[in-house]
Amino acid sequence: MPPSALPDGDPAPESGELPSGALATVPTTDLAVYVHVPFCTVRCGYCDFNTYTLTELGGPGAAIGVDSYAEAALRELDLARTVLGDEAPSVATVFVGGGTPTMLRSADLVTVLGGIRDRFGLAPGAEVTTEANPDSVTPQSLAELAQGGYTRVSIGMQSAVPHVLRTLERTHDPANVAKAVAATRDAGMQVSIDLIYGTPGESLDDWRRSLEAAIALEPDHVSAYALVVEEGTKLAAQVRRGVVPAPEDDDEADKYELADAMLSEAGFGWYEVSNWARSPRNRCRHNVAYWAGTNWWGIGPGAHSHVGGVRWWNVKHPSAYAARLASGASPAHARETLTDEQRYDERVLLGSRLVDGLPLGDLRGSARAAVAGLIAEGLVEGAAAVGGGRLVLTRRGRLLADTVVHRLLAA
Amino acid sequence: MARTALAPHATPPELIRNFCIIAHIDHGKSTLADRMLQLTGVVDARAMRAQYLDRMDIERERGITIKSQAVRMPWEVDGTTYALNMIDTPGHVDFTYEVSRSLAACEGAVLLVDAAQGIEAQTLANLYLAMENDLTIIPVLNKIDLPAAQPEKYAEELAKLIGVEPEDCLRVSGKTGAGVEPLLDTIVAKLPAPVGNPDAPARAMIFDSVYDTYRGVVTYVRVVDGNLNPRERIVMMSTKATHELLEIGVISPEPVPSKGLGVGEVGYLITGVKDVRQSRVGDTVTNASKPATKDLGGYRDPKPMVFSGLYPIDGSDYPDLREALDKLKLNDAALVYEPETSAALGFGFRCGFLGLLHLEIVRERLEREFGLDLISTQPNVVYDVTMDDGKQVHVTNPSEYPDGKIREVSEPVVRATILAPTEFVGAIMELCQQKRGNLRGMDYLSEDRVEMRYTLPLAEIVFDFFDQLKSRTRGYASLDYEPDGEQVADLVKVEILLQGETVDAFSAIVHKDKAYAYGVMMASKLKDLIPRQQFEVPIQAAIGSRIIARENIRAIRKDVLAKCYGGDISRKRKLLEKQKEGKKRMKMVGRVEVPQEAFIAALSSDSAGDKAKK
Ligand SMILES: Nc1nc2c(ncn2[C@@H]2O[C@H](COP(=O)(O)OP(=O)(O)OP(=O)(O)O)[C@@H](O)[C@H]2O)c(=O)[nH]1
Ligand SMILES: C[S@@+](CC[C@H](N)C(=O)[O-])C[C@H]1O[C@@H](n2cnc3c(N)ncnc32)[C@H](O)[C@@H]1O
Ligand code: SF4
Ligand SMILES: [Mg+2]
Repeated sequence: MPPSALPDGDPAPESGELPSGALATVPTTDLAVYVHVPFCTVRCGYCDFNTYTLTELGGPGAAIGVDSYAEAALRELDLARTVLGDEAPSVATVFVGGGTPTMLRSADLVTVLGGIRDRFGLAPGAEVTTEANPDSVTPQSLAELAQGGYTRVSIGMQSAVPHVLRTLERTHDPANVAKAVAATRDAGMQVSIDLIYGTPGESLDDWRRSLEAAIALEPDHVSAYALVVEEGTKLAAQVRRGVVPAPEDDDEADKYELADAMLSEAGFGWYEVSNWARSPRNRCRHNVAYWAGTNWWGIGPGAHSHVGGVRWWNVKHPSAYAARLASGASPAHARETLTDEQRYDERVLLGSRLVDGLPLGDLRGSARAAVAGLIAEGLVEGAAAVGGGRLVLTRRGRLLADTVVHRLLAA
Repeated sequence: MARTALAPHATPPELIRNFCIIAHIDHGKSTLADRMLQLTGVVDARAMRAQYLDRMDIERERGITIKSQAVRMPWEVDGTTYALNMIDTPGHVDFTYEVSRSLAACEGAVLLVDAAQGIEAQTLANLYLAMENDLTIIPVLNKIDLPAAQPEKYAEELAKLIGVEPEDCLRVSGKTGAGVEPLLDTIVAKLPAPVGNPDAPARAMIFDSVYDTYRGVVTYVRVVDGNLNPRERIVMMSTKATHELLEIGVISPEPVPSKGLGVGEVGYLITGVKDVRQSRVGDTVTNASKPATKDLGGYRDPKPMVFSGLYPIDGSDYPDLREALDKLKLNDAALVYEPETSAALGFGFRCGFLGLLHLEIVRERLEREFGLDLISTQPNVVYDVTMDDGKQVHVTNPSEYPDGKIREVSEPVVRATILAPTEFVGAIMELCQQKRGNLRGMDYLSEDRVEMRYTLPLAEIVFDFFDQLKSRTRGYASLDYEPDGEQVADLVKVEILLQGETVDAFSAIVHKDKAYAYGVMMASKLKDLIPRQQFEVPIQAAIGSRIIARENIRAIRKDVLAKCYGGDISRKRKLLEKQKEGKKRMKMVGRVEVPQEAFIAALSSDSAGDKAKK
């Protein structure tokens, strides 16, 4: 899920080649593959993902579209295979995100997965997820995905309340969510549901209704995100003009607490700030890989990758992306090589978001010394620190994770 | 027409005319000076640019003159070539001091009046200054090219003001050059030539002294008696210090070394000294070999009217700030400063300025020319506090305001002159009433223009008075003021507390009736500026132990970024790196983290900027 604004970075080589230090980590580090499908039927007002409607891309005659996407993706997979080399491990997790991956025919999604399998192999029990919009799946298409090796579907429900969905400009029929969930389960795949809270005009009761509806669907996994007003979106313009009020932190805090309470009550456990799973087995291993800092290759326009402390990101526009690959060049737009300091910062930033926490031993001495204060302020779990030697955030601490990270890094 | 210039040193006084151009702000002095530079041929068309003599970046950006500039120009009348020394002066009230120094170097003044505006407050103020100096006045209406110009009407006004006939008012356009040649001829014809004794020991008045990185101190003088010659030794009469004259010359309009300067001439000296205090404005220069016995009498030092604390945002820049102030002071005698410390802001300087524009310009020059990032505290005037036990405290900073029992507090007042069309008399009276003013008199300059004289507390006039005056008179009123002693007033100190701790930088001394408004304004401003902390932060405004306003910053409950996947990671880390930088710019007030930006925003009075931009 690449955000649409790309960071600045250093130039990336045309060959896609990686520094030897980064490559050295490949054989011994888990490998994940992310596939970015940059197409949507309409753009939702709050969304700043790198995605395009088919009309924006120029219709059927466009350089790249739903029909030719898989071909371009396979080319980048060839490049990935060449760059990572023979010693690359088989792929542990695949996540196809968007955009709306289910705008592609299931056959194409299966082709892309096949392309990964052919080049790297899939590890036994590999997790293979695709995102899906409730309106863009059918029992048939889902069965085809399961058949082709997909194990998990993440459904963009966002809310169960019609006026909230309207404000978000979600066009899906709320009734289709239940159908999509049932069909996914019938096809033998795991179900995850995405929710958004803090939408302007959403009351605490509205949010409770959405949570109840989501829980009633008995998913295996729930992600609940506070609405971010991203710069450059239609929502941001509406907030700026005062047409809709900006989301409020206090309201979002109430809603987060409600979500955590209701989901816990229903048997879900949090394992990352915004993610809950029915059991540890149902956690999204692909996402955990991001937070644990393992290696992953992002296929597709604007997709981000990380291998051994080198992060890079592809050109954003699908046509530019396709053109690069057609000319035999890497689609990477720029990259950055993390310094030790930056890797440490990321480790603290990401590790502290997890229920498994950050081993206190990974912290520098001064940061370790700051932990006692954070426990006293109720931001960090005392028991996990003392008993387990890990820094784990309390519910309050999860909401103030930024403060905690600043305090640890400034210590 | 211009001819070959007369050589300095060898020019008989009868052929010299020294004059300055004085006017209300923006009436076109510098533009008229441009045309003179061109007509006399000292600046050619290629080198010409608008307001040529406004040389500082800051002058050019703001379109105003801050420093006077003297230029020597040749001008021929009836076959005789004369040497004209012209001084372009600033019009803003903060720089009246510059004008008065320039006047002392001249026998005459061109009093310029915008023919579309008429007489304004600084027209009067500068005219009176010129008359006090016994200068011959040449009344001139400018901007006659403007469609809105009313030369007839204003010629009448101007003539009445200085007691001449309307026909005696010249009409020019600095823009088109119309009327400028006759004006130069009139200057030659009407202004007296300087008189002095060429054989007496030299006496030259220092009217400006400027520090130049390359050349050291450049001193501008007007020779009254005798002459000064290169390589001779000279004496500064007040300090008796002697220096060798390394270079002497005239400005035309760039420095041109000469064989010396004689009676009546205006020019510059370079002695190699590095500190302008060794070459003080108002001092008299004489020859070391045959020194004069009596000096020319100096200038009154300008008195700072407004004080503000200047603090480096990065505390480690303090020594650089000191050095920068020392350097700036070399060019700006009106700037005074002494070290002070603030609990909230650390080490800095309490600085005295002639007005808010002066403050703003000094601050901008420090930032621009010396690369400093500064915070300036709420400007204030000086108070004299008498305690019950008779002890006197002179307060230039609200934090010095004493705690014990106070008998009385006095504040500086000014004598203000306001000129405006008669229809605004009511509005002006209402404003002055609100600002605690006392009407001292009112005169009709013409049927539809009135001059109102008020005594007003300086503290009321210095800040947003001018803006309010302008807005209530649709821009038609003008204002001038000068210090006029002190008065006892009902003043109190309002303190601002964060979580019970006084933040000295936000304290202010205000009139009792305005304390509440100040407290409410500051508390609500801070509420918006200080980010939420992990705990609740009460903000209070208090007079002594009495709370007059309060606000509350609620504790922050959420700051986490909800979504943090692949591409979000770089973004988030970069944000974090930025925030780490920001942490360094935080000041702690007790347990409360206050960003520098909050101090800056809270302390920047919105009106300060506007006024300076006129
Ligand atoms: N139309 C017209 N505009 C003029 C004339 N003289 C000056 N101006 C304009 O009036 C404005 C002010 O001119 P300046 O020459 O900077 O005025 P000043 O009196 O030197 O201003 P201060 O030094 O700040 O007091 C500028 O925009 C000039 O272009 C003129 O004769 N005709
Ligand atoms: C790649 S996105 C969208 C996937 C799919 N196209 C959809 O809209 O359902 C994955 C999730 O990110 C969340 N999301 C997207 N934009 C967001 C925003 N501005 N603020 C918070 N969450 C957002 C939504 O919950 C969304 O389901
Ligand atoms: S469907 Fe999903 S990816 Fe597409 S615009 Fe809406 S939120 Fe963004
Ligand atoms: Mg000027």
